[in-house]
Amino acid sequence: MQTHHLKRRQFINRLLFVLVCFFAALTSVPLLAILGEVLFRGYSQFSWDFITESTPTAFKAMQAIAAGETIPGGIANGIVGTLLMLAMATVVAVPVGVLCGVYLAENRKSKFANFVSYLTDLLQGTPSVIIGIITYIWVVVPMKTYSAIAGSVALFIMMLPLIIRSTEETVKILPASLKEAGLALGGTYSKVVLKIQLPTAFGGIFTGILLAVSRVIGETAPLMFTALGCSMLRWDVDKPIAAVPLLIWEFFNDPNLQQLIWGASLFLLIFVLMLNITAKKIAKKWKS
Amino acid sequence: MNDKIFKIVLFTAALVIPFICGGIIYSLTIDASDAISHFGFFEFLSSSEWDYTPGKEQYGALPFITGTLLTTLLALLFCIPFSLPVSLFVGEYFKGTRMAEILSTVTDLLAGIPSIIYGLWGFYMLRPIIMALNISPQGSGILTAALVLAIMIVPYAASLSAEFIKMVPSDLKEGAYSLGATRAEVIRHIVFPVAGSGVFSSYILAIGRALGETMTVTMLIGNTNQMPDSLTATGNTMASIIANQFGEADGLKLSALIAIGLLLFCITAIINMIGKVLIKRARIV
Repeated sequence: MQTHHLKRRQFINRLLFVLVCFFAALTSVPLLAILGEVLFRGYSQFSWDFITESTPTAFKAMQAIAAGETIPGGIANGIVGTLLMLAMATVVAVPVGVLCGVYLAENRKSKFANFVSYLTDLLQGTPSVIIGIITYIWVVVPMKTYSAIAGSVALFIMMLPLIIRSTEETVKILPASLKEAGLALGGTYSKVVLKIQLPTAFGGIFTGILLAVSRVIGETAPLMFTALGCSMLRWDVDKPIAAVPLLIWEFFNDPNLQQLIWGASLFLLIFVLMLNITAKKIAKKWKS
Repeated sequence: MNDKIFKIVLFTAALVIPFICGGIIYSLTIDASDAISHFGFFEFLSSSEWDYTPGKEQYGALPFITGTLLTTLLALLFCIPFSLPVSLFVGEYFKGTRMAEILSTVTDLLAGIPSIIYGLWGFYMLRPIIMALNISPQGSGILTAALVLAIMIVPYAASLSAEFIKMVPSDLKEGAYSLGATRAEVIRHIVFPVAGSGVFSSYILAIGRALGETMTVTMLIGNTNQMPDSLTATGNTMASIIANQFGEADGLKLSALIAIGLLLFCITAIINMIGKVLIKRARIV
């Protein structure tokens, strides 16, 4: 009887272990399936033309399909649009976000800082489609046109809380002695922050910025009502502009352009995962 | 630089966040007020008509609220059998080992994939399977959207839960082992009671994620505006109806969509707040 009971307990123990390992391993199946699918279907479309030429019109694509050729053109307009909007958003979001993060880390006990910290969480949790609506109301309506500016404002609002959080977390864990040593040597507060704290925290802050960029680069919903999309390659900031995720959405909805979906997805995926992995590497190096 | 000026600069940067958040609430409320005052607040929430024939326009949010709740709850249900083993794997069984690191990387990468690519994958790979299994004739619908949504929230639920499971003090576990408990019994009687509230709060935050997910759902839910009558039926969520119709909307319809946006904003804000409060409490214990 006693051994029977013990065997049962040991059986349950082993069963749980096997189940945990099995289901945990199963989680990697979707990742491999998605990577495999995008790689397998996208790789044949990938060529030099694909990243240097603009999207073809539906008519041209139809002609190519009818003639049995591959669709001409690529996603250059989207790449330019994505990079342009990301650059504009980052240039504003990094200084504002880093300064705000330093403020939060330095004033941990103040009520106002706690309030701002709470609102940062709120903004970070806000669905991206809401950011799209709000940017539409704030930028598109007054300007009376969709534009690259509107798109970058939406990306800015999405990046800001991520940069604030990572800066705050990094500055918080800097040893207090570092700051005290700077102050003891007669450094002013601004000098201590700008010349000692921020350079020391650079690795963590930079990782946060990379992760913020990788997080917003694939965002589609907030760009749909702000940047709108455009089939031409252009650099104007006050006109509608394309972006890689917007192009994927466009290809998805246009039966003639469906061949281009996977190439564009592959490009986006490579970009995002590279940023992610680079950020992780830097974070690891910086921690050790 | 003068310290006073520098402190003012820091404070100004911190002001940006309250300014944006206040602005979001203010602008959404102003632009949603047209629809809400036209239909009445409760009528807007409880009506299931979505009709944009000019002259007899009628907009109600109920089908989309239902759609959002159904997809989110189903996604949560599908997510637990995977996220819980992952968090136990990383936080308990293989804590601190190379294996745990690999699995964490896998979930991190899953979290990094853009939602539009999840949507494509669901549409071209999962939807045919659903059709072949005869679960639903058109393949897209609430069930399909919830399945992909579940994969998307696994990383969020799992990584945070794992942190809490890791924090369970080892003297408690060692005490149980020395009394002859097996590992399964330690997990059941020590790890879950101690880490439970933290694990629970990480699922609340995962719900917050799922509520607002837009592109994946828009591509997979089938986009119909009626009340869904079964779990495999097509429908729309609050986020997907906005993504679908905001572009060509104006007048009352635009206002109604913004009202749905305001509602979604409030719901996610409340869910996230509950999650954060629970996490803070779980950390103190």
